[in-house]
Amino acid sequence: MQVPAPVDYERALSLDHAIELLERYGPDAKIIAGGHSLLPMMKLRLLQPEVLIDLNNVTDLGYIKVESNEMRIGALTRHSELLESPIVSEHFPIISEAERVIADPVVRNRGTVGGSLCQADPSEDLAAVFSALKASVVLRGSKGTRVVPVREFHSGPYSTVIDPGEILTEIRVSLSSPCGSAYKKVERRVGDWAIAAVGVVLRVSNSRADDVGIGLTAVGAEHYCAYEAEEFLVGKELSEETINECARIAAENCNPSADQRGPVDYKRHLVEVLTFRALGKAVARCKGGSQ
Amino acid sequence: MNIEVEVNGVGYSRDIEPRMLLVHFLRDEIGLTGTHWGCDTTNCGTCVVWMDEVPVKSCTVLAAMAAGHSVRTVEDLEQNGTLDPVQQGFMEMHGLQCGFCTPGMMMTARWLLDHNPDPSEMEIREAISGQICRCTGYENIVRAIRWAAEHSGEPADKAGEVMA
Repeated sequence: MQVPAPVDYERALSLDHAIELLERYGPDAKIIAGGHSLLPMMKLRLLQPEVLIDLNNVTDLGYIKVESNEMRIGALTRHSELLESPIVSEHFPIISEAERVIADPVVRNRGTVGGSLCQADPSEDLAAVFSALKASVVLRGSKGTRVVPVREFHSGPYSTVIDPGEILTEIRVSLSSPCGSAYKKVERRVGDWAIAAVGVVLRVSNSRADDVGIGLTAVGAEHYCAYEAEEFLVGKELSEETINECARIAAENCNPSADQRGPVDYKRHLVEVLTFRALGKAVARCKGGSQ
Repeated sequence: MNIEVEVNGVGYSRDIEPRMLLVHFLRDEIGLTGTHWGCDTTNCGTCVVWMDEVPVKSCTVLAAMAAGHSVRTVEDLEQNGTLDPVQQGFMEMHGLQCGFCTPGMMMTARWLLDHNPDPSEMEIREAISGQICRCTGYENIVRAIRWAAEHSGEPADKAGEVMA
């Protein structure tokens, strides 16, 4: 039987209460939201917090709304809610396409968007998606609130810049930048982690790439980003040739590890093919192609 | 710690360890063994129950987290001696062999049909994609759920009374 080690449980009744509990218990406390990464890690004794602070009853942290020309996603929003949101499907096909291949529908009912980002799993789809979107996260603690770009939030595998006393409360995505986006993933079987995946966000003016975001999942890319490939494509005409070269640069500069999902050269090959396909799809969407 | 949970419309109060998982609470604390305990790793889906009207994998929810919330298990599908069309469908279309995955499959199927009364085969397959069956190859489970979709809302004598 796999069960977590003994742990204490505290239920947060509001965001302020959760922050107060975090202060009281210090670094031995963990926030639990969906719990679909935390509880499995606790079962395996990879984590043994002394106290769990349950955020699930702070229901005002679950929302998707538009404010100040941004889409704002509350940290407690479930994957299934993001997938069903009309705002998301209208503006961000990259998010819908990623959500459709995150775990399975029952897990998506429970897992949260904020939890996924804080987990910082190198294979986390949403980290690459929000990195491609150049989103920011809102962190709140007893000393105040700060807004951190997603590209500065993850400091390595399973680690973030969040302080022990802080809670991620919101994700913000600008509504003005993207005109086309896409997410392409290859996994061993339905619902599995990615062998590799690529998310692309494009803004085009006069058939040239004006703004480019490329996020890479599960291939050891720093901050889940393909910086060199982005830099290459900005200002370029979006021809098959430039897209091909951009994909090649993304594959060359990522840093995958060999594991049971495949060897390094295979993963690099996937990054190249998936970057090419995601860019192609995003370009088509910029031109008003099919969603 | 003491928790109060509503399960199938009945309130239960128990002293538990905070680390207790919801699946063990249901089976060992209140004796509802219809919910099965399978892989322990959020993969197999035989432990699916509803929490606040939404299917969840109860091996990955703490019982403490369910305190003050409502849970629905497979025992609640049959109402007043009449099987739910989903249960009847699994009988009619041979949707189970060993029966281990069945409670989770049926709870997900009931939720699907409540939200999409006429699902396509692909929609059914996607809905149960987080659940594993090692007997049927899923074919008969899909047929069972389709059967339920086609026989929902029929009078009890057609949709299936509990067999004596």
